[in-house]
Amino acid sequence: MSLLDVQDLAVSLPLSLGLSGAFKPKTARRLEIFSDISFAVAAGETLGLVGESGSGKTTLARALLGLTPTQAGRITFDGRLRATQADFAQMRRTSAMMFQDAVASLSPRMTVGALLAEPLIIHGQAPRDLAAKVADMLHLVGLTADFAARYPHELSGGQARRVGVARALALNPKLVIADEPTAGLDVSVQGEILNLMRDLKTRLGLSYLIISHNLAMIRHVSDRIAVMYLGRLVEIGPTRAVFAQPLHPYAQSLIAAEPLPDPRKRRADLAISGEIPSLLHRPKGCVFQSRCPQAQALCRSDAPVLRALGPNRLVRCHFADPARLQED
Amino acid sequence: MKPPLLEITDLSVAYQTDTGPVMALRGANLVARAGEVIGIVGESGCGKSTLAAAVMNLLPATAKVTGGAVRFLGQDILTLAPQAQRALRGTAMAMIFQDPMTAFNPVLTIGDHLVDFQHQSRAPYRAKLARARDQLALVGLSDPDVILRRYPHQLSGGMRQRVAIAAALLMNPQVLVADEPTTALDVTTEAQILHLLRNLRQTYQGTIVVISHHLGVVAELCDRVYVMYAGQVVEQAMVDDLFHAARHPYTRALLACDPASFPNLTPVLPTIPGRLPDLRDPPKGCSFAPRCALRSARCTVAPPWAQVSPSHGVLCHEVGA
Repeated sequence: MSLLDVQDLAVSLPLSLGLSGAFKPKTARRLEIFSDISFAVAAGETLGLVGESGSGKTTLARALLGLTPTQAGRITFDGRLRATQADFAQMRRTSAMMFQDAVASLSPRMTVGALLAEPLIIHGQAPRDLAAKVADMLHLVGLTADFAARYPHELSGGQARRVGVARALALNPKLVIADEPTAGLDVSVQGEILNLMRDLKTRLGLSYLIISHNLAMIRHVSDRIAVMYLGRLVEIGPTRAVFAQPLHPYAQSLIAAEPLPDPRKRRADLAISGEIPSLLHRPKGCVFQSRCPQAQALCRSDAPVLRALGPNRLVRCHFADPARLQED
Repeated sequence: MKPPLLEITDLSVAYQTDTGPVMALRGANLVARAGEVIGIVGESGCGKSTLAAAVMNLLPATAKVTGGAVRFLGQDILTLAPQAQRALRGTAMAMIFQDPMTAFNPVLTIGDHLVDFQHQSRAPYRAKLARARDQLALVGLSDPDVILRRYPHQLSGGMRQRVAIAAALLMNPQVLVADEPTTALDVTTEAQILHLLRNLRQTYQGTIVVISHHLGVVAELCDRVYVMYAGQVVEQAMVDDLFHAARHPYTRALLACDPASFPNLTPVLPTIPGRLPDLRDPPKGCSFAPRCALRSARCTVAPPWAQVSPSHGVLCHEVGA
């Protein structure tokens, strides 16, 4: 039984087109951010969501917690369907978000202690000895109790992340959604945060949905990965299998594009050309057809569906070949 | 022998702050010859951007050069009159910035920018515009005439960075400094810009200095690499030696930390314990000693620069000797 189950989720945002928009049909006045998103996160699992900017990752994270209204689809969390704002308010007590910009997500006028106590107070779960609880929370993420008196600007990038982790864990969530948990951190500090998250996961039995564009990082922390392109999930599968043999052409070029820290493995040719199209000009048929090296007439007319290819692997491509899987 | 294109000797820079001067650079040395692509790597706060700003003579007003020299073709550019410095920038030296959005003026078209950047040339307007067009084609923009009429906000991040590269190369500079040229870009766009920079160097005669915290970018592009830590160059080596035979404990730790460097999945990622020293009061001995696994009693004394081979130098007591 999965902790989080998402079926056919879609989000579109209203477009203001000015006067010319008034003459267009209502449906044309919305910008589709993503649609047809289905995936599940099992209890105790880490799912990595990768994709480039503009693919819809962050909007998806917000929609999962009811922070962005959805136009279609179902979100089931902890065995209950979540549809109304009341449902999501209840869900947010047992799931938490780590926001992308750790420093910016902490109010500059509040001390770390006040920031950590805030979620407890809002959800009516403040214990009598709040200061001791805050000290415990700081201790959990490897900070000393005297950090409670500091202001966010006095923290380093890594310390601000730790406060973000502590804040996310304040209400003992079952699911933590981490949006770019290590963006802007140096590699030596990035490891510290990821090790901390991994350690807390086993100690507290958490599930993670980690969103990132950093493939090297996501590869080491996720059990499964989902690759997103222009508002569609194009491939989902166990991390090891996807990295060893990506089946979707976009996943293939994404993995091939990552610069490796080894001058003996320089890449002579270009994995992918062009750039991610604007959401306003979503390609017809397959979303990737405008950049795909294997695109054919079918790809330009018909959108492929997410289909099962091999054990636990789903790929949204007309021509992805399951025979490739059997080679190993 | 001809002097190298760019030579930095014992450069020290301090930033004046309310709590005293911060020694951002402490005796940095660097040599760049024509045709070379030099990499400068290090984590935030190591002084790599200060070094780049010093090369371009674009240090902010709070920064003070406390010693050393930056020589361009043998001439110390830090002592030049401001007018002579300006004459060098853009023509002899150019820079590509990290954020391709803020590098352009939002109310001018790309064509306006690229013509304006040639203000030191006496060529007629149409010749400048034609040159701008050729440069845009050179950096792989498929429709240069259209791009010339576009405003910066109408271009994607990758296109803007291509335009920034075209702009930097307009006056055919001998020194090109690229400060985190791909950090603001997506993975597939980054790959395209790296590909472009690597193709450009086949025709470019000068030297390129690439500053990055991303080890993969340095491995892809550079011939020779300087590793910086706490305001000092701690290791200098050919790119292959640096990635396969690094000597300095910091370099080795940094390489070990990069999640892209290990092929197998590990449950625990390596880190570098401890923190950067406070550069308001830099340590007397080796800056890395408090975090170093190899430290010994002599690390309380400043380490000497030691050549382990003619092309490989390291600032360390333990591995240099």
